[in-house]
Amino acid sequence: MKKYYFYYTIGRKVLMALSGFFLMVFLLQHLAINLLSVISPNLFNEVSHFMGTNKLIQFILQPILISGLIFHLIMGAILDYKNRNSRNTNYSYNKNDNSTWVSRNMIITGTMVFLFICLHFYDFWIPEINTKFVNGDWSGLHHGEFKYFSELQHKFQDTWRVLLYSISFIFLSLHLLHGFQSSFQSVGIRNSSTTPLLKKLSIYYAILVPAGFVFIAIYHYIDQLII
Amino acid sequence: MKLNLKIWRQKNRDSKGKIATYTVKNISKDSSFLEMLDILNNDLLEKGEEPVAFDHDCREGICGMCSLYINGKAHGPDSRVTTCQLHMRKFNDGETIYIEPWRAKALPIIKDLVVDRTAFDRIQQAGGYISVNTSGNTQDANLTPIPKNDADKSFDAATCIGCAACVATCKNSSAMLFVSAKVSQYAMLPQGRVEAKERVINMVKQMDKEGFGNCSNTGACEIECPKGISLENIAKLNREYLSATLSTK
Repeated sequence: MKKYYFYYTIGRKVLMALSGFFLMVFLLQHLAINLLSVISPNLFNEVSHFMGTNKLIQFILQPILISGLIFHLIMGAILDYKNRNSRNTNYSYNKNDNSTWVSRNMIITGTMVFLFICLHFYDFWIPEINTKFVNGDWSGLHHGEFKYFSELQHKFQDTWRVLLYSISFIFLSLHLLHGFQSSFQSVGIRNSSTTPLLKKLSIYYAILVPAGFVFIAIYHYIDQLII
Repeated sequence: MKLNLKIWRQKNRDSKGKIATYTVKNISKDSSFLEMLDILNNDLLEKGEEPVAFDHDCREGICGMCSLYINGKAHGPDSRVTTCQLHMRKFNDGETIYIEPWRAKALPIIKDLVVDRTAFDRIQQAGGYISVNTSGNTQDANLTPIPKNDADKSFDAATCIGCAACVATCKNSSAMLFVSAKVSQYAMLPQGRVEAKERVINMVKQMDKEGFGNCSNTGACEIECPKGISLENIAKLNREYLSATLSTK
């Protein structure tokens, strides 16, 4: 059965959609935890510590998440490579007015999101992995206090970082605007009654989730400016 | 009408093509696009030049032979019509019109504007049929009652004429709309269910073998399809594929 999913067009698209669903659920969870930093720094610290030290999350769910992300990236690149190879000469004149820019350029928005993830890993994930797995420090403490909220605030002191994060989330929004509804089509969920609802949901998700992350970054930036 | 035509000329499958410029005069607004090309070819023949090769057959919009990419759109600027049903009233006097063949690796150019669409035939041969005994004992299809809604949906899918405008307009040169129409038209009928699993797997295998791209759900194919084949058929194809592969060892 594996060959039907890893080798043939539709199977690959189904896997792409499933990994997309998985990452979209993760994004919701990530946003919910990050919003705690605005509501209650203490609660944010406690939840972050739980997420960062729970063995099930660290040793099972985290590797699954990273694998899902890498799979989505690689499969996206493979699909794009095959698509580019399916036409050897371009039209001299092509109107391209029968589809949206976002639907035609998922590879561009996806690449921008990937570059952002690299920056995000450099900012938060790699230092965290270094502290826990290299230095063996699982306490989550810095000078006797939980470090998570202060680290978050420290990162969002920098104007350029806040700007870069905000721009990156615009690309994520564009990626999701097509990706969300496209995933449902790829797994066969589309008909005259579900499509309008899915399109609406797609717009809400693609705008509200990235906007939530941008709000958090700007909130902490302004919060520190006022202080 | 006087028109400037920028037409793709290519000697044969292996040669390198290029855009050539021609001018045609005294074209009636009421003539069809193919008639305009006929007039151009008459002019070229009178001058002793090679006429432009292009595909056509019924000129009634049902055979799926005509296949031109006109001014950046499959079958030209009109909606829900094939090239043969496109009329010159859709253009302005003095306009420059780009005319190109379908462009896809799986549909190689044979000459000028004519492409080889036998890839579609091979996909159809891989499963786009039902196996029935035709030795004189064939049952009347109406003996099997079919709900009206299913029959209508199946007929809608069956209106696909296989012109390949979907491939031509898709940025990935994907044939998913064509394959989905052929799979759906049988999948919705009891006579087609018997071989549904083998059909979808074999047709998708052949589609990939021919080198068509993946569907990235841009929806361009649905918009340019002269017969209005819906994207719902692609979702149906995906469901059929999932169901067939999950129950096949």
